[in-house]
Amino acid sequence: MSERTLLDKVWDAHAVRELPSGQTQLFIGLHLIHEVTSPQAFSELHEQGLPVRFPARTFATVDHIVPTDSQRRPLKDPLAEEMMVALERSCREHGIRLFDATSGRQGIVHVIGPELGLTQPGMTIACGDSHTSTHGALGAVAFGIGTSQVRDVLATQCLAVGRPRVRRIEVSGALAAGVYAKDVILSIIRRLGVKGGLGYAYEYAGAVIETMGIEERMTVCNMSIEGGARVGYVNPDETTVDYLRGREFAPQGAALTRARSFWRGMASDADAVYDDRVELDGSTLAPAVTWGINPGQSVAVDESIPRPEQAPEAERAGLAEALAHMDLRPGEPIAGTPIDVAFIGSCTNGRISDLREAAIVASKGRVAPGVRALVVPGSRAVALQAEAEGLTDVFRAAGFDWREPGCSMCLAMNPDKLVGRELCASSSNRNFKGRQGSPTGRTLLMSPAMVAAAALRGAVADVREIL
Amino acid sequence: MQSTPIERVCGRACVVRGDDIDTDRIIPARYLRCVTFDGIGEHAFEDDRRLAKGDHPFDEERFDGAGILVVGRNFGCGSSREHAPQSLMRRGFRAFVGGSFAEIFQGNCVALGLPCVTLADADLAALMDSVELDPTQEVVVDLASRRVTSRAGSAHADMPEGSRRQLLEGSWNATAVLLEAGDAIEATAARIPYVHGFAA
Repeated sequence: MSERTLLDKVWDAHAVRELPSGQTQLFIGLHLIHEVTSPQAFSELHEQGLPVRFPARTFATVDHIVPTDSQRRPLKDPLAEEMMVALERSCREHGIRLFDATSGRQGIVHVIGPELGLTQPGMTIACGDSHTSTHGALGAVAFGIGTSQVRDVLATQCLAVGRPRVRRIEVSGALAAGVYAKDVILSIIRRLGVKGGLGYAYEYAGAVIETMGIEERMTVCNMSIEGGARVGYVNPDETTVDYLRGREFAPQGAALTRARSFWRGMASDADAVYDDRVELDGSTLAPAVTWGINPGQSVAVDESIPRPEQAPEAERAGLAEALAHMDLRPGEPIAGTPIDVAFIGSCTNGRISDLREAAIVASKGRVAPGVRALVVPGSRAVALQAEAEGLTDVFRAAGFDWREPGCSMCLAMNPDKLVGRELCASSSNRNFKGRQGSPTGRTLLMSPAMVAAAALRGAVADVREIL
Repeated sequence: MQSTPIERVCGRACVVRGDDIDTDRIIPARYLRCVTFDGIGEHAFEDDRRLAKGDHPFDEERFDGAGILVVGRNFGCGSSREHAPQSLMRRGFRAFVGGSFAEIFQGNCVALGLPCVTLADADLAALMDSVELDPTQEVVVDLASRRVTSRAGSAHADMPEGSRRQLLEGSWNATAVLLEAGDAIEATAARIPYVHGFAA
């Protein structure tokens, strides 16, 4: 059969049945859980007397609430400790594998899934976290879900979902030095808007995406949800197969040979039919920086902060609100904006390739006086690799604080938070009001290399001038 | 366990203006440090309300007791936290009317039996103005006829058809419906090569 997208193929392979509502009952191949969105789901299972249907297809870790200074138990925050205990108990009761701090495999759920080889092409994946789209980088169809749906997956290994439309986003050309995957996705969201993806799965393609490594593809897919698309994916290719070879939960030997042909076969057909297509010239992209309160509000680092009066009428109130919160002046260049905090980490940009790019910049100077700079590896494995490569020493020598793995300052459910009106150059995914823990705190999203550059200069800087 | 069919929601309404209101604003992350949703309603929009110093619709007496929340476009974007609709539900909201809704938020609402319906721009603007002018009026969200009716008139309301039917049929608590598939779940799993480790 031809003319099918990866989404069509994965959908049809996992459809248990069509529901009376018109939605599909979709089998979920991999369910990932963490401490924040699962406790109420387990409570409901308990109340309804339901078992976990496929306990071997759910894996758990702890990431959102874990402190990054010390993971020693009991955690200092009693509420966090209570959540940790609840997850441990649920996993034990239901026979679910938990990767905790003692396992050597703990980390941000969207970092460890691919890292352990749990995430594979052609899978359906669900997790109670909106950045589950990250796993699409390996050619999986991965959904962020809420707690009621976590309950559904635990009880039935299925979701009731409507089939999304598919928009193919082709990024042609090649990226210039100093321009990274983060800049690609921020530019896509700037162009298509934060609600442009509603109802769509995004298929990322084109020369820029195809030449990216898997970790860069993860950065792109990770922020699909910031553009409104619940699902984002890249068609599996030999880069994908090479990435998975040898990983703990990936197939080996003869099974890998069979897996490879299944994986490659799930890629969209050359004549696949799409609901929409968008093209972007990657060669024209520059390092991107957000200036507002949603990830669509960005400019290139050499551009100025937009003037509300030049925006379409319907957007003006939103722009004015964003500028008021950010306390930035329209018409001024974004470069040179002083920062207080620099954060490198998160499920968007906390992988080893991100730390390598940031370390190249960090090796060229020292963190500016008055700037609080921290590097939070996405997982224990990333931390160990960074130590082995000497990146930890580079960051420390430059004045960065090196931390334990976790979600950290991306969402401030742990002790890492902005204070007051602090302005943070951040490699995370959301610049929402209050996102980093202070209601009046301010976030500028950018690539990890750009965060490192901002840390050295004490202000937003063009990383291309430092490299 | 079959859930209750939801054909219409009637009641007074409250207006929270603005596009792209994200779930971090609806419920700040620090209130996600919990193992139950009990008591989460009191923290809805907490930081926005504090910054507005009492000037937030949730603190205006005239909107007390509202069961329908009228919002802008892309409401509920961002995090998948079900704590967002849970906090609004626990404050008494039973339906949402807006320009558009983020997909995960909308799905979370359906799972709680809370309809999210969308109106055309002009109809939404008229409804917002009307409710702000007279918050005592009754607003009717009718899923069966796909209409929202208020003093501003009766407007066509949209909602993804699958979700609408889940609410109308009383199948919005999906666990029960999914369990009805029985062995078909295992049969599907058996056909998927990776489920069995690509065994020959």
